[in-house]
Amino acid sequence: MTKTPRILEVRANVLKDNDLLARSMRLRFAQTGTLVLNLVSSPGSGKTTLLRRTLLELGQRYRVAALVGDLATDNDAKRLAESGAPVRQIETKTLCHLEAHMIEEHLQNWDLRQIDILFIENVGNLVCPSSWDLGEDLRIALFSTTEGEDKPLKYPTLINTADIALITKIDLAEAVEFDREAMYQNLREMRPGIEILEVSGKRGTGMAAWLERLERALKAKRGQH
Amino acid sequence: MHELSIATSIVSVAQQEAAARGVEVEAVHLRLGALSGVVVDSLLFGYEVASQGTPLEGTRLLIEEVPLTIYCPSCQAEVELEGIQSLRCPRCGELSGEIRRGKELEIVALEVKD
Ligand SMILES: Nc1nc2c(ncn2[C@@H]2O[C@H](COP(=O)(O)OP(=O)(O)OP(=O)(O)O)[C@@H](O)[C@H]2O)c(=O)[nH]1
Ligand SMILES: [Mg+2]
Ligand SMILES: [Zn+2]
Repeated sequence: MTKTPRILEVRANVLKDNDLLARSMRLRFAQTGTLVLNLVSSPGSGKTTLLRRTLLELGQRYRVAALVGDLATDNDAKRLAESGAPVRQIETKTLCHLEAHMIEEHLQNWDLRQIDILFIENVGNLVCPSSWDLGEDLRIALFSTTEGEDKPLKYPTLINTADIALITKIDLAEAVEFDREAMYQNLREMRPGIEILEVSGKRGTGMAAWLERLERALKAKRGQH
Repeated sequence: MHELSIATSIVSVAQQEAAARGVEVEAVHLRLGALSGVVVDSLLFGYEVASQGTPLEGTRLLIEEVPLTIYCPSCQAEVELEGIQSLRCPRCGELSGEIRRGKELEIVALEVKD
């Protein structure tokens, strides 16, 4: 006869250590007035291309910086550094996502009071980064026109945790017969009302609206209107 | 595969909870939401790997899957959804952003040795 097991009730969030650290970093970012963005997408959706141009253009008016997660190479960090902005690479090796402690470690010796907007390019992956809060203000999900309109349906967790959806490589929309309406609908099935912007990091299309959105977020964070 | 990272966190959190209570774990009960982004089979495999060489080696991970549930303002009711591709209420067809359950990733109980 088997004994009934002794069961102890506990209530513990599995990612509580990450969540606690993210919360304390969010407080720090609030104190320094630094706007923090977490860019997530599948590999090759255009994060680095868009970020490079964003750093270049915003860098003329604001103090910008970037952390970039990459499995093995520092190619992306080098591309971003061409903008002149401070950039640090986070080599994740086998890890498919960034965690809050990596952000904290890689911010060491950076004076956050000297940074208006901090961009974090997450590892190219549409699944894994969703669960880890990095202390960001906005999570930006990028979907390129070339990936197909059903991507959001295949990765519901990611889209559900995003604040803004960016449709990238919009210059290729016609060539791939991109179905804009289907894309918008698929995004909003899992994230009703999500804000959607269209950009081309390569050609610069839609940059003005994207930059304006970032400026607005920064002002809102600093209580200026 | 982030399930290995998640499994590592489960092992460490369960061990912390067990140590705080002075007990030895036999099984960990986990509540896992349909929208948690975690694949059950990968997590079970990850748990075996992550628990090796720890006090939790050889223990079981028991997973209770929680379906996605929204609150539908039109129906004024909580509605359980079948899939995770849409937040549309199956009764009235309205979209709702109010998720009530389905994002869980939490340890809810420990089975321990007497
Ligand atoms: N036509 C076009 N190509 C683009 C655009 N943005 C990026 N690309 C191309 O798409 C490829 C991948 O772009 P990246 O910017 O490196 O994408 P990423 O998301 O940073 O990639 P990972 O960091 O590897 O996940 C490159 O060949 C880019 O030149 C765009 O707006 N238009
Ligand atoms: Mg990149
Ligand atoms: Zn309804």
